[in-house]
Amino acid sequence: MSEVIKIKKGLDIPLKGKSDKVFGQAQLPDLFAIKPTDFHGVVPKMVVKEGEKVKAGSVLFFDKNQPDVKFVSPVSGQLKSVIRGERRKILEVVIQSDGTNDTIDFGAEDLSTLSRDAVVAKLQEAGAWPYLLRRPYNILAKKDDAPKAIFISAFDSAPLAPDYDFIMTGKEKEFQAGIDVLKTLCDNIHIGINAQAASKLFVNTKGVKIHRFNGPHPAGNVGVQIHHVMPINKGEVVWTIQPQEVATIGKLFTTGKHDFSRTIVVAGSEIKKPAYYKTILGACVKPYLNDNLNTEEHVRIISGNVLTGTQINDDGFLGFYHSQITAIPEGDEFEFMGWAKPGFGKFSISRSYFSWLAPNKEYRLNANMMGGVRPFVVSGVYEKVLPMDILPEQLFKSILVEDIDKMEQLGIYELAEEDVALCEFVCPSKMNLQKILRKGIDLMIKELG
Amino acid sequence: MKALRNYIDKIKPHFEKGGKYEKLQSTFEAFETLLFVPNTTNKNGVHVRDAMDMKRTMATVVIALIPALLFGIWNAGYQHFLATGQQPDFWPMVGHGFLKVFPILVVSYVTGLTIEFIFAQIRGHEVNEGFLVTGMLIPLVLPVDIPLWMVFVATAFAVIIGKEVFGGTGMNIWNPALLARAFLFFAYPAYMSGDTIWISGLSQGEGIVDGFSGATALGAAVTTGDIDKYSFIDSFLGFIPGSIGETSTLAILIGAAILIYTGVGSWRIMLSVFVGGFLMALGFNAIGSTPLMQIPAWHHLVLGGFAFGAVFMATDPVSATRTNKGKYIYGFLIGVLSIMIRVFNPAYPEGVMLAILLMNTFAPLIDHFIVESNIRRRLKRASITA
Repeated sequence: MSEVIKIKKGLDIPLKGKSDKVFGQAQLPDLFAIKPTDFHGVVPKMVVKEGEKVKAGSVLFFDKNQPDVKFVSPVSGQLKSVIRGERRKILEVVIQSDGTNDTIDFGAEDLSTLSRDAVVAKLQEAGAWPYLLRRPYNILAKKDDAPKAIFISAFDSAPLAPDYDFIMTGKEKEFQAGIDVLKTLCDNIHIGINAQAASKLFVNTKGVKIHRFNGPHPAGNVGVQIHHVMPINKGEVVWTIQPQEVATIGKLFTTGKHDFSRTIVVAGSEIKKPAYYKTILGACVKPYLNDNLNTEEHVRIISGNVLTGTQINDDGFLGFYHSQITAIPEGDEFEFMGWAKPGFGKFSISRSYFSWLAPNKEYRLNANMMGGVRPFVVSGVYEKVLPMDILPEQLFKSILVEDIDKMEQLGIYELAEEDVALCEFVCPSKMNLQKILRKGIDLMIKELG
Repeated sequence: MKALRNYIDKIKPHFEKGGKYEKLQSTFEAFETLLFVPNTTNKNGVHVRDAMDMKRTMATVVIALIPALLFGIWNAGYQHFLATGQQPDFWPMVGHGFLKVFPILVVSYVTGLTIEFIFAQIRGHEVNEGFLVTGMLIPLVLPVDIPLWMVFVATAFAVIIGKEVFGGTGMNIWNPALLARAFLFFAYPAYMSGDTIWISGLSQGEGIVDGFSGATALGAAVTTGDIDKYSFIDSFLGFIPGSIGETSTLAILIGAAILIYTGVGSWRIMLSVFVGGFLMALGFNAIGSTPLMQIPAWHHLVLGGFAFGAVFMATDPVSATRTNKGKYIYGFLIGVLSIMIRVFNPAYPEGVMLAILLMNTFAPLIDHFIVESNIRRRLKRASITA
């Protein structure tokens, strides 16, 4: 058994509405969407026009910067609409499903004779390339990258997150096949597992190095795991991918079909019956929320978790990398003297609210900002929730003054937004630290490529 | 509360751009957000937030200051009647102290907040809560007999020169409250040192008991070499003359407990100030060539503003070091320098103030070295794995 890596810093936000390991029943929706905004730095160029017929696996658009990287339809049907935002930026490419799930056959392969070029070509052709992300920067992998490792986090420690052990049950063969395919891209594959869970499927996987992690969120963040196993230095690249997507890749190469089915969890304090659902990537979330919401108040629907997810409407779509839908109260109301109350129902990492009297309580937190935006005043708070040898405040300041050298020296290569999400959660000055980090990353990409 | 909310919503347009009272927008907003936590929700980034905000942070510090303030009020009365040879009950002492201390508090808050509101309006940002604490700290580090106009001048100086010229809360280099005190100390030394200012009534020459000296314990030690005027336990509990809030180490420690338990104040700084001061004093004990060097190390910690400075002044997060490791160095040096200034320069027995201001100045330098060591460590890591 490999050694357990203890993560001491961090925070598990005790939210209400965690799902048991049960499946809910819901009809598949008619509408599906791929959101180009899920892919950072991708400039989409549409291939199909509105009204055109598509199969599952047909190319919808490609990236202008990397034309080989294609984004394909998850279902068969026709292109219903392309929804654009400001300056005609494409926000959603919506497909009306015809229910037949007619899938393009990309051809099965013999896994033992695969070459790297063939794998890259096939992943790109079938629209599976975007599953691979690269650190630094947490953007789409580049085919010319020479990654020193591929990292897979086999557990999600974020609030109310799905249990991958449960989701992946029965997908052993596909997962192993996916690993075998990935090994042609990079021979050095690492999986981070939760030391407190069995994770049989992952432990039994061949040809990978297993690392066990123990501790609060963000222990399940792949960036934190990389930091503790083999930190990324200047000039180095590590690829990351999520477990469900590894299985999808395995299936693509063994059957020739790109299967977009996903298991997601629907959770949160405003969900009547939190449960897991089998669905398809990009699904409209409506069927999973119908008759399942406590609707006395405004509700916020999030694709993903409460720390890093995207706010969507109740007829919005599941994000490309998300396997979770969360519903919490919107909290868009004034609270009389809220900052001065004892605050038994308020969660805080500090003990300035009396909720510390009930340490095991689960909270129904809402999306209120709980205060106004201020400059950096309090120090030493971010350090409590960032389990990395990085000075967060100093890094954020170097980003704000656009000092590229300092950003590099202070560790921007190792961080993605999700890694500093907890810093943002605890920030008493209510700053948007994930946005600041992304601004820094964009600047690095622009200046250094 | 619905009615109040409706009323605020009704008058709000007058304070917005183009409204009748648009010049008072910041002021209005400050009071509105004081009454109601705003309904703004997270738009990008995290969807939920920790309930801790700047108002709660500052309110916690103010609560932590209350024991020192209450004791200061009582002690102002107690010292006054002790000096004039009367022995009234508890309430007259409190009453006398209240009449002395409350006006100072009001002048400090009104002056500072007015300036804050004006700057917030000019700069077009929300009023920052920092002054809630500063406004309380300033009276607590002043002698009780200070003329009110001086409180006004010092507060204005602290807020404008100490804070707003740098960009407001979060941007200042020095602790504004200490700057106010330092300003008075150097601008009006006659009112900030000596034997008569620490007890109310003495400077007006009210009837003093024969042989009574109003000197602080430190002042007495400097002039007479006699530290035994006040016992350790009196100094610890605070039955001694001194600035309003600084005398009772016990009250200050209650505040420290609140700050540390809630996580608002840095225990790293507090601890290392006390350790630094204690070790330095111990060192002087070993030499022991002057009376001040012979003051026992533990006695040093309860004299003057040492405890108050360690708990409430050195821990001001804006002017202190911001890295955790830096906080140990910063605090330790404050402790060492406080005792050193106290012992070597009898003209400034109140070494804590100067030590903290000096270390405020060097805090960014300490942080710089911590950051550099982090960078070096990260670089070294690269050469090992490569």
